[in-house]
Amino acid sequence: MGALSAAGAARFGVASVTPALIAEIRAKRYARARGAKSHLALAGLSLQVAPGEFVTLVGPSGCGKTTFLNIVAGLDRDFDGGIHLAPHPAGRPARVGYVFQEPRLLPWRTVHENIALVLPPDRAATVINDMLTAVGLSRAQDLYPRQLSVGMSRRVAIARAFAIEPDLLLMDEPFVSLDHDTVEELRDLLLKLWHARPTTVLFVTHDMREALVLADRLVLLSGAPGRVLADVPVSLARNRRHSGADIELLRDEILRRHRELIGAAAAAPPVE
Amino acid sequence: MSVAATAQRASSWVAASSLAQRIGSIALLIAVWQVAADAINSRLLPSASSVFVVLEQECVHGPLLFNLGITLARVAAAFVAAMVVGTAIGIVMGRSRTIDALFDSWLVLLLNLPALVIIVLAYVWFGLTEAAAIGAVAVNKIPNTAVTLREGARALDRSYSDMAASFDVSRWRTLRHVIMPQLYPYVFAAARSGLALVWKIVLIVELLGRSNGVGFEIQLYFQQFDVTRILAYSISFMVVIQLIEWALFQPLERRASAWRR
Repeated sequence: MGALSAAGAARFGVASVTPALIAEIRAKRYARARGAKSHLALAGLSLQVAPGEFVTLVGPSGCGKTTFLNIVAGLDRDFDGGIHLAPHPAGRPARVGYVFQEPRLLPWRTVHENIALVLPPDRAATVINDMLTAVGLSRAQDLYPRQLSVGMSRRVAIARAFAIEPDLLLMDEPFVSLDHDTVEELRDLLLKLWHARPTTVLFVTHDMREALVLADRLVLLSGAPGRVLADVPVSLARNRRHSGADIELLRDEILRRHRELIGAAAAAPPVE
Repeated sequence: MSVAATAQRASSWVAASSLAQRIGSIALLIAVWQVAADAINSRLLPSASSVFVVLEQECVHGPLLFNLGITLARVAAAFVAAMVVGTAIGIVMGRSRTIDALFDSWLVLLLNLPALVIIVLAYVWFGLTEAAAIGAVAVNKIPNTAVTLREGARALDRSYSDMAASFDVSRWRTLRHVIMPQLYPYVFAAARSGLALVWKIVLIVELLGRSNGVGFEIQLYFQQFDVTRILAYSISFMVVIQLIEWALFQPLERRASAWRR
């Protein structure tokens, strides 16, 4: 790989502010069993995210969204392209928080210990207290993950990601397979945390309604190999997004406007 | 709350009754032994009571405790060496395909090498020294530990390591909090079978090339056909090993798996 050079970054143009994230993936392939052709997961996925911006990536399942997040997180370095994370204003490298599809809490460590794992020891106790209070779990500190409900585990995973004061927060369908009420609750919690602790967010989902409730900007991805189909700012005021009707209207409009694109790209599963 | 209390009472009752069963089973064995010894009435099968009398005498007046201590020290040294080296080899082989492919046959070879051969070669090459004795015992156990831990390392859940990596958790912290807890069940399995194997081989090592310890004493009494003392030594040693298992291994294992309950 190799980080994009300053010139490479400038080529993207816009920049009145330095983007928090510049990603340009020319190609990401997965090797298959001997003999078979490799699988092309991403092809030409370019994306810029401004500092403090909440961007959702929307695309059908299997379009490489998780692959993309793993590349941005630095977990997957085997790709053709570059990722540039703007350093923290204080000069240290950018910190990345990641909320995975499953909570990924260590089952053999308590809630407290799970969050402490990602923090420097000297500040851990205070930060953990604050975070757990913020997600309403201050009394669950000493529980093991298997003693938590599904919703509580997700809260801990979110608390862990915010605890490190991330410069970039990656979220990979964190509310998938939860019941409706829990999802609403967690979305409200996420927005509350994000307002109190502003950071750049890259949120992946296949659910356009969810994307519209949360995001400043929607990036629509094609089916595999994933690439950007459309970039849609969400202008609907945040205080009006609680109304299902407004979201529904907006969703219909986007689907209508981009039907051709989406229809042509996703032969099989349409974007919901 | 009351359900939990009831469950706890029930489980402690189960534990108590299984302890009673165990004691009953051992008592039965001693009774059978006593009856058989009385019936045969030979010097070669001393009665249980005479063995326990000798055991007490040897403990108080004889060198039994001294020899037991020496042997236990050797067991401890060989056991620790075998666990540390075997675990390290196992983890490396479980994580790296190349190294695994390179050394797998060595492991198979070592697994199939008779303990006696390793001991004899160690004494021949390195002399009748303490280091050769302990090293030979450790080498007998290392391949077994390595194979067990290799299984553990192969079964490591990648998603946890990825989590740690994405949050920039240091290598040491990852090893301690993410990797090792996944390996504990394998470590305990290796430790249990390891203790059983190591103490048996230590006796052979002592018999062949040391001038003290339980193995050396047993050889001495073998030459005198003193079955009573052979049995007294064996029983005291078996009791100590069981105590280690019961007072050290089991509580440690319970602690490491507390999160499962």
